[in-house]
This record gives sequence, C-alpha cells and structure tokens, in this order.
Amino acid sequence: MRNYVIIGTGPAGIAAAQAIRAQDSRANIVLVGDEPFGYYSRPGLAYYLTGEIPENGLFPYTPAEFNQLGLRLIQSQVTAIHPAEHYLENQAGKRLPYDRLLIAVGAQAAQMKISGIELEGVVTLDNLGDARQILKLGRGARSAVVVGGGITALELVEGLQSRGVKVHYFLRGDRYWSNVLDETESRIVEERLKSEGVRIHYHTELAQIQGKRGRVSAVVTQNGERLDCRLLAVAIGIRPRTALASAAGLKVERGILVDEYLQTSAADIYAAGDVAQVRDPRSGLWVLDSLWGPAREQGHHAGLNMAGVPTPYIKAVPFNVTRLAGLTTTIIGTVGRGQDADLLGIARGDSETWRQLPDAIAAQSDFEVNRLRLMVGQRHLLGAILIGDQTLSQPLYHLVSQNADITPIRDRLLDTRLKLGDLVAAFWAEWSSNHATS
Amino acid sequence: MNLNQIFRQDATRRQALASGQVVPDSSRCVQCGICSYHCPLEIDVRRHAWEGRPVHSSHCLTCGECVRRCPRGVLRFEKIGLFDGGQS
Repeated sequence: MRNYVIIGTGPAGIAAAQAIRAQDSRANIVLVGDEPFGYYSRPGLAYYLTGEIPENGLFPYTPAEFNQLGLRLIQSQVTAIHPAEHYLENQAGKRLPYDRLLIAVGAQAAQMKISGIELEGVVTLDNLGDARQILKLGRGARSAVVVGGGITALELVEGLQSRGVKVHYFLRGDRYWSNVLDETESRIVEERLKSEGVRIHYHTELAQIQGKRGRVSAVVTQNGERLDCRLLAVAIGIRPRTALASAAGLKVERGILVDEYLQTSAADIYAAGDVAQVRDPRSGLWVLDSLWGPAREQGHHAGLNMAGVPTPYIKAVPFNVTRLAGLTTTIIGTVGRGQDADLLGIARGDSETWRQLPDAIAAQSDFEVNRLRLMVGQRHLLGAILIGDQTLSQPLYHLVSQNADITPIRDRLLDTRLKLGDLVAAFWAEWSSNHATS
Repeated sequence: MNLNQIFRQDATRRQALASGQVVPDSSRCVQCGICSYHCPLEIDVRRHAWEGRPVHSSHCLTCGECVRRCPRGVLRFEKIGLFDGGQS
C-alpha cells in the first residue's frame, strides 16, 4: 500500500487527494497542514468580509464527505523534509514517512519592513483566521488605512467600507493596479470606490506606524501627514512559502521549480498551486500564478502523476474572474506590463503572465461602466479584459487560448469607429462554427 | 428598485421557470458558496458549479437567486426544450 503525504489543505492539495483516491482505492493519503480550519474558499473571504456570506458558507465539503475520501487530516506544522530518507518532521519532532510527497503550501502575504508593523491592528488577509481578526478589529474602528495593490487590497477596502469603517486607501503612484489595468480601467475602479466613500490618497507612502499600549493608533506618511486609525491593512503582494523546500535542497527560484509532471528537483516530491513555479509554454519562462482554477488543475495533475499515471500539465492561458469595486471583471492572457509600485510581486488572484506583454496594440470600447479591451498582436489576440458585461468572456478566452488567426478582422478591430464587441461576437460566431471548441 | 425593474425581473423569472435551467462555467468558480447560501431550496449549487454540471434538479425553481448573486458570473440560464427533460 502506497503512502501519500500532501502538505497543504488548499485547492491543490484537495484536488491531488481526490485524483489519487480515484486511481488507488487502497492508498494511504495523509493531508498535513497548519491551517486550523481545513478546506474553505479562500477567494470567498472577500464576500465574508463584506457580509455577503456567513463563515460556515465558505466550506464546500462536510466532514462526512472528507471521511468518504478516506483522508487522514493532521493539523500540524511541518518543520523539515528529508528527501533522501523519504520522511517529514513536524514541530513536535514526530516523523511522517512518505512514498510520494506533494508540497502545496501556498503563499503568504508579504510584510512591510517598517517600524510598528508588529503592533496589534496591523493585518494582512491570508486566511480565515485573518478575516475573523479583521472583522473583530473593524467593529471597534472608525477609520482604517489600506496600503497595497491588486485584488486583495480592494477586498480589504471594500470589506471594511461595507462594515461602516471609513477607509483611507494609500496608493504610491497615481493610479490603481497600473501594470495590469490601463488608465481608464484604473479610473473606473477608483471613481466607484470614491462614490462609496473611500478616500484615495495618491502618491502616498507609509513612513511610520504609531501605537499606544501595543495597538495601532495612527500612521504617518512620507509627506508628513498623520492619520488616526485603529486598523492598518497591508496587501503588498504574496510570497510562495518556499522555506521548507529550500531547506530540503530542492531547486527554488521565486517558487518551487517543477517540470511538466509537476515533479520538483527531488525524486518522489511534487509541488502544485501558489508555491509552484511552472513553465509557461507560450513564453518559455517559469512563472507563478495565484489562481484558484490553476491550483486545482495542478493539484489534479500532480495527484495523477504521483499515483503512477503520467499526465503532463500544460499551463493554460491565465484567466481569472474577480470583482473590482462591484464590477465583475475577467482578465485573460497578457494585458499589461512593467511594475506596480504598490506591489512587491505577485498578489492573490494574480498571474505573472498578465504583465508579460510583447508588442501589441490595445483596442478598446466603453459603455458606461462596461469596458472591453483587447490586446491585438500581429495575427492573434494576446489578451483581453472585460469589466461589467461578461457576454464575450468565454469567446475571448477561446480565441486567445487557441491562438485564433484574427487576420480577417485585425484592421477592423483597430478601427475606433467600429464597435469592438459586435466585431468580436460576429467573428466568434464564424470561428466557433469552423473549429471544435471545448 | 422601481416598478419597471420589478416587472422586468418578474418577467425574466417567469420565462426562466418555463424553459430554462441554470448552467455553470466551472472555470470561473472559486467555491465561495454564495449561490448555495441563497438558494431558497438549499440545493448545493456550488457543487454543480464546481463539477461543471447544470442544476438539473426537479426541485430547482429557476428563481434566479444564484445567477443574480454570483459575484463572478459563473451561472447563467440556458434554454431547454419543454419536453426533453432538460437533456438538451
């Protein structure tokens, strides 16, 4: 009987366990992790913060369903991996042997290096425990400061604002998420936040956090402005949790490097999800994603490979749906480039691929809050972003991911007098009838 | 919500009741559970969404709560033939 150990209880870990169980009904499968709440929807924490869903709604599976999978769950922090001897060690010094190991420990929020960061009232949003703490602190706070960028920063801004806390959002530059969104898109998001009462402070950087009796009392900006607050939320990006793998001698860059079978540089050890750095076949680069769908896919593929069913993982065009200032937004392929001063690297719900844009021309159209932007390459669409109306999101995903030849409509896509949405819809109708799509 | 919106919503609901089923796009789903939480009949819509299966339950009223509440546009109504048992 083969012994499988999975470190991490997120979507990659669960998908791997399900895939292994489907292949091997007798396997011994152990999930070990330091997350006290088990498996829940991490992206759902945004809606838990706004009050759209209660905490118990975040859990997709009941304990009985886990039992049916025949998994053993151990809540414990793994402190070391011994690849040559094939065992793990936990904080109590206990050994856990494995035949196949999956590292799916995810990522954690990057922290600022600034005095006062250790004060009570400084929060990040990694897990349910953090969300509980934010809600608790928010109940006693009249105002809060949020620093950072990407999706998590907005989740914090909107969550706190919807709980009646006056939110001050600090941006280092002159607009929100500048390396993924274009200026119009940033402004759409910012204007909607402002209309909800959020105060955005542009060109503003945190210089100091002040405290009283161990709790945050105010922040001071680099411009010398002082703002009273009881809550400071930081969302400046995430870091894959690579420490265990590094200490075990596995090859690590920004994440744990894996091959197309999601195997690490060590025999019988695999990695999947936010912690894995995976080859992107389009660019040839090894990249990070922090997306629910790819984590699930990677976990599933890793599980199959671990169970002896060789199944290469071909990274798909990154695709995510999120809600920015109340607007459903889909991001497909590559849509931006460069650095964002508010983020140290990748954030949650983010992909490094989104900002690897080669030469392309943007074609866009707007109607009230609905916006469609296409990145038009020489013969293909390289990426797309849809804010508001989502009618074309599936067609555009297929056109981008399947490298549809857009030569017949390229000139018209770039003709600003024509309606972009209509052109894409008509092209899709013809293209899809000529191509089998899944 | 003004009267017009209410009428329109009601009309949509009646139309859906007669001829539709809720169909998910699982690639958009993050299992947040808002759909299941708001289902008045406690159908586990999230399970259907995650597994990419239409909500083909005789209990589904196609009331549209899950479609309307989903923050990521996972769910949509799809027309089905009235006499084919939802197999279209």
